[in-house]
Amino acid sequence: MRHLLSTKGLSRGDAIRLLDIAEDMADVANREVKKLPTLRGKTVVNLFFEDSTRTRISFEAAAKRLSADVINFSAKGSSVSKGESLKDTAQTLAAMGADGVVIRHPASGAPHVLAESGWIDAGIINAGDGTHEHPTQALLDAFTIRRRLHRSAARGKGLDGVTVTIVGDVLHSRVARSNLWLLTTLGAHVTFIAPPTLLPMDMSAWPAESGFDLDAAIDAGPDVVMMLRIQQERMNAAFFPNSREYSRRWGLDDERFGRLAPTTIVMHPGPMNRGLEISSAAADSAGSTVREQVANGVSVRMAALYLLLSGDREDS
Amino acid sequence: MSSDSAASTPYLIRGATLPDGTRTDLVLAGGRIAEIGSGLSRAGATVIDASGLIALPGLVDLHSHLREPGGEQSETILSGSQAAAVGGFTSVFAMANTSPVQDTAGVVDQVLALGEQAGYVTVQPVGAVTVGLAGERLAELGAMATSRARVRVFSDDGFCVSDPLLMRRALEYVKAFDGVVAQHSQEPRLTEKAQMNEGALSSELGMVGWPAVAEESIIARDVLLAEHVGSRLHVCHVSTAGSVDVIRWAKARGIQVTAEATPHHLLLTEDLVVGYDARFKVNPPLRRREDVDALRAGLADGTIDIVATDHAPHPIEAKDCEWDAAANGMVGLESALSVVHASVIDTGLLSWTDVARVLSSTPARIGRLAGQGQGLLVDGPAELTLYDPTASRVFDRGNLAGRSANSPYLAMTLPGRVQATFHRGYATVLDGVLRPAAEIAAHGERTHG
Repeated sequence: MRHLLSTKGLSRGDAIRLLDIAEDMADVANREVKKLPTLRGKTVVNLFFEDSTRTRISFEAAAKRLSADVINFSAKGSSVSKGESLKDTAQTLAAMGADGVVIRHPASGAPHVLAESGWIDAGIINAGDGTHEHPTQALLDAFTIRRRLHRSAARGKGLDGVTVTIVGDVLHSRVARSNLWLLTTLGAHVTFIAPPTLLPMDMSAWPAESGFDLDAAIDAGPDVVMMLRIQQERMNAAFFPNSREYSRRWGLDDERFGRLAPTTIVMHPGPMNRGLEISSAAADSAGSTVREQVANGVSVRMAALYLLLSGDREDS
Repeated sequence: MSSDSAASTPYLIRGATLPDGTRTDLVLAGGRIAEIGSGLSRAGATVIDASGLIALPGLVDLHSHLREPGGEQSETILSGSQAAAVGGFTSVFAMANTSPVQDTAGVVDQVLALGEQAGYVTVQPVGAVTVGLAGERLAELGAMATSRARVRVFSDDGFCVSDPLLMRRALEYVKAFDGVVAQHSQEPRLTEKAQMNEGALSSELGMVGWPAVAEESIIARDVLLAEHVGSRLHVCHVSTAGSVDVIRWAKARGIQVTAEATPHHLLLTEDLVVGYDARFKVNPPLRRREDVDALRAGLADGTIDIVATDHAPHPIEAKDCEWDAAANGMVGLESALSVVHASVIDTGLLSWTDVARVLSSTPARIGRLAGQGQGLLVDGPAELTLYDPTASRVFDRGNLAGRSANSPYLAMTLPGRVQATFHRGYATVLDGVLRPAAEIAAHGERTHG
C-alpha cells in the first residue's frame, strides 16, 4: 500500500489484511512494553490544517508505538491567501526527509493532491479531508464492530450481513462517507438516517438506504447504531431549527435506546454532545463502544503506518 | 513609411471554402475585402494557398478576461489579444473585473487604447454595472457609453447583480443608449462556498455544491424583469439544461433575451473533478452530460445565441494547489474554435454557417460592435480567419499564446487548427504562427491613425 487516501476503492482483501494487522497491533498494547521497533529511523509528520487533538494524538501514539520519530505540524489557517501554500508546505516536509505524512485538511481531495503532485515522495495517510473521507476512522469502526461480534476469532472475517444505521449530519460527515464504502465492501448493509437538510443532495449512487425516521430505523432492529456528532453551528445555517428539536427527532435518547436490543452496538466517533445526539445512558451503556473506538483507533493507525512505511515501499 | 508599404500589401487568398461550402478566391486590400470570386489575381499581392481551408468571418468573443489593468501577471491586453488572434478572433469584449474595475470612462478608454496599441484584435471594453462590481449602486453607465470606447455591454461578471431592484434599474437605464446588461446568473446565497456542480458527484466527494437552480432562478427572474421593462438582457455562460428551458420559454414569449454558452460547457463534464486537478475548476462549474447535451441542442435550435469563451487566465500558483483554494476559470481563446468543432460540428449539430453566426455575426450584433461580424462580403471589413478542419493536434502549452497555461485541454486531442487570421486587412497569424508584436503594433498605429 503506497498511500491511504480513501476507503472507496479499497479492496475487501486489503481491508481485511489491514484489520488483521490491527489485531496484532492491539496485542502489542496488552504487553508490558507497548512498543515495536518496526519504524525505527522513519519520520512521520502529522500535518494538520484543522484542529483535531483526538485524531492527532491517536496517530502520534500509533507512530511512537512503532518507534517512528513524530513531528507535529499544525498549519491551521495556512492557505494561498493566508500564507504558505500546500505545495510549499509539502516541499518543506520533503526537504526534511518525511517518510510518511498524516494530513488533516479542510479541502476535500487535499491528500489526493499531495499524493499525486510530485511535491513530496512520502506515503500519505488521509486523516480527514473536508467532508470527503476519513478512512482510518472507518477502519477503526469496522475493527470495533468485528471485534464485538467475533471476539478473539475476528481475524480474517468481514462484516457480512451486519446492519449498520448511521444517524445524523451525513451531509457534512467524512466519517459517514468512509464508513459507507468500507462497511459495504466488508459485506455490511448501511442505512443513513438524518433530517432531509443533512442528507447529501443526491445519494442515488450510494450503496445504502436512507431515510428521515429514526424511530422506524430503531424498530428495524439494526445490529449497529452509529451516532454522528452534530455541529451546533448547523442550526444557524437553517439546517434544523434548534438543538431541542433535533434531539427530539434524531437523538438517541433514553427512550429510543431502551427500544434497542441489548446486543445492539452503539457507536460514536467522538467528541460527543451528550444530551443532543446521544444520551448519557446510551453513551455509557454496555453496548457502547465509544472508548473501545479510541483504543482501537491507535491499533488501526499502527497497522496503516506499518503497511505504508515498513520495509521497502512498493509502488502500486 | 516602411510599415505603410508593408501594410498596404494586399493578400490574394486562393481556393478557400466559404462557410456555405463554395470555393472561392478572396482579395484583401486597403483593410477591406476587395474582391470575392474564382480565378482572381492581384498584382503585388501576397498569395495564400487556402485549398482545404475554411474562410470564416473574424471571430468575435463577447466574454474575455484580459486582466489588464491589475492582473498583468496572468494576462495583459497584448498577450490576451495574441491568444485571441491565435484562436481566430478579430475582436474580444474585455470584461470589467479588472483592478481598477472598468466602471468609469477613464478605465474603459484606457483598455480601448491598449487594445489599439497591441493591434491584434479589436478590444471592446465591457463596462461594470455597479461601482466596483459591489452590487450596490450603478456605475456611470452613460459616461462609459458616450466615451471613446462606446460601451454597449455592461456586466458585473464574476458577480451576479443579485439585487432585483438594482437589476431592474440597470436594465431600464441602458435603454437610453441601446445597451445590454450581461448577467452572471448566480444566486449568491444558494452558492456560498460552492466548489462544483451539486449532484451525485459532489455528494460523494463531499464538496459544497453549486446547484443548477442558483443559475436558473436568476435567469427566470431576469427574463421577467426584462419583459416588464422592455429591455435587452444577455445571459452569460449558460450551463444547465434547466436554464436552456427557461430561455427557450422566454424567447417564445418574445422577451429580448440572448444567451451564450462557453466552449468548455459544450464539451466537458463534471466527472473531470474526480482527480482534483484545479484546471477543471470554473464558475459556473462543469455540469452533467445531460446539461452538455441540452446546451448543444439549445445552440443548434437558436435558444443559445452564441458561443463565448469566458477566457479566464490565472497564474500557476492559483491552480497548483488543493481544489478549494484554487481560482475559478480556464483560458479558452486559443482553443475555442477547435472545441466548438469537436462538440457541435463533429456531432452534426451545427454547420460552418452556424459557426459564423454564433462566433461572429451574432456576438457583434449583441454587443453593437461596428466593423465586426459582417460576414465575408465584397467591400466589407477584412476580418477573417482561415481554419484547417482536417487537422488534428494534441493540444499543448505551445498552442497557448497568452500568459497563462490554465487550459483544461492540455494533452487532449482536438480537431482543426487556425492557419491565418486577418484583422483590418493585415495578417495577425500566418501559417499557424502569430506575427511579431512590433509588426502588428505598426499596423495598429497606421490603421487607427
